[in-house]
Amino acid sequence: MAGDAGRGGSSRVKFDRFARRKLVNRIITVLAGLAVIAALYPLVDLVYTALVQGGGVLFQLTFLTARNPTPCSVVSCATVGIGPTIEGSAILVGLASLISVPVGVLAAIFASEYRTRGIGRVVSFTADVLSGVPSILMGAFVYGYLVLEYPNLVESVISGSLALAAIMIPIITRTTEEALRTVPDATREAAIALGIAKWKMSLRIVLISALPGVVTGVLLAVMRAAGEAAPLILLTGFSTNWYTRPDLPVGSLPVLIYTYALQPYSNWHAVAWGATLFLLIAILVVNVLSRYTIQRMVTKMSGGS
Amino acid sequence: MESVKLRADHLTAFYGGKPAIQDISLEFPDRKVTAIIGPSGCGKSTLIRCLNRLHETAPRTRVEGKVLLDDEDIYQLDPVRVRRRIGMVFQKPNPFVTMSIYDNVSAAMRFNGRHTREELDHAVVHSLQQSALWEEVKDRVDAPATSLSGGQQQRLCIARALAADPEVLLMDEPCSALDPIATAKIEELVGRLKTDYTVVIVTHNMQQAARVADYTAFLYLGKLIEFGPTEDLFERPKEKLTESYITGRFG
Repeated sequence: MAGDAGRGGSSRVKFDRFARRKLVNRIITVLAGLAVIAALYPLVDLVYTALVQGGGVLFQLTFLTARNPTPCSVVSCATVGIGPTIEGSAILVGLASLISVPVGVLAAIFASEYRTRGIGRVVSFTADVLSGVPSILMGAFVYGYLVLEYPNLVESVISGSLALAAIMIPIITRTTEEALRTVPDATREAAIALGIAKWKMSLRIVLISALPGVVTGVLLAVMRAAGEAAPLILLTGFSTNWYTRPDLPVGSLPVLIYTYALQPYSNWHAVAWGATLFLLIAILVVNVLSRYTIQRMVTKMSGGS
Repeated sequence: MESVKLRADHLTAFYGGKPAIQDISLEFPDRKVTAIIGPSGCGKSTLIRCLNRLHETAPRTRVEGKVLLDDEDIYQLDPVRVRRRIGMVFQKPNPFVTMSIYDNVSAAMRFNGRHTREELDHAVVHSLQQSALWEEVKDRVDAPATSLSGGQQQRLCIARALAADPEVLLMDEPCSALDPIATAKIEELVGRLKTDYTVVIVTHNMQQAARVADYTAFLYLGKLIEFGPTEDLFERPKEKLTESYITGRFG
């Protein structure tokens, strides 16, 4: 026992250090936990409020198909709906996808598969920069190039979907290019050695091998476009009518939320909440579905059951 | 002496400014197996990759000299057409992972031209038979290529190359990723393939060269040291370097 005295001293120092380390560890854990709460709180609060405020409206069966309501401040105002707005959003995002998917994917193929002479690198750098540009600037870009030339397109489906496409293209290009990079060179060499032409190899072998990543990128871009308000306020305006012509305004969910939330009519507020909840649920469903299908595609490709 | 199918003529290939092979002149006799041996880094793979113009597809590469296929310089021809006449099998099996066994074998035909379903069926069966894989996969040709074992995948890649109907088959260390049983199968296969094809096989396994090749070329530091009938090269090497290599003194 007596021989332990010296060691007792040193182990006391060790004990102090250990206690300090434990304390620091606890502080960091608490801070990290607080950060998680701070990061998640807005999301949880948003979903919760949207559910409380919009749930009642959304779960009336006609909400998704009926016409938008007329201004009304009395509680008994009936028939509210966002049918034309959902249609408008679908058309805008659909058109934007029709433009941006081929352009974005082809640009990515160019950047990844035709890297000679550094042009490919310029493409990927440009896509990187463009995907960080605020969406209102994309709107201003379309305004400057299209609307100033054709003033009757000032509030139209065409200019709105072009702006959404401009937002989607760099996102699709970046994610597709990354997905193409994950395809091993051995696959390319196999195709080259069989005498398969380069464009066929790029489109029908390399791109197909990278498909799960490409689909993820496209869905990411679609969800981003579906939630954009700023360029649409500038370029598409708002309408409560069903779609008729591509050179006229249509409604869209983000613009509806913006417009209705700022008006003093209680039924419009309710509709805005319902639309918010619908947009949230739609994005969630697309997200989950895409993950599920991608997972299945991957297992199918890797030969699993 | 047999007729020459493929001939490298003063071939020099650069990789990032440095020559990987230098001034190699070599003749590959028609319907024979020619092995290229040598220690790691001697330029074996570079040489074989010059024979179907694959070397130039990598960045910062350059090729000088000629490669004559039936007395025609392949560097004057369209590279895509050259590769349809000269097939290749790689070190690691590289089937198209998104495709079934059937689609892998028929890839060259499907991508390079129009064929009826019957023609494709026939070519797939025939190529799989040639590569000795048919018996193992005949009731599951629609299964993913990745469901096969490594050795089976390599025979699938051989079948895929053969289905393109090439005249020459290049094999770049085709057994280096395989176990001994799979290796034996591939070697046996190579022996049978030479009745229809001119085969060039790179190997760092000297026993393999001795077993499968009619002719052997020994490369060292990017230069051709010796070339001749396999038996002569292994039993009566003319060069001192060859002798030290085959007796295991370096490499």
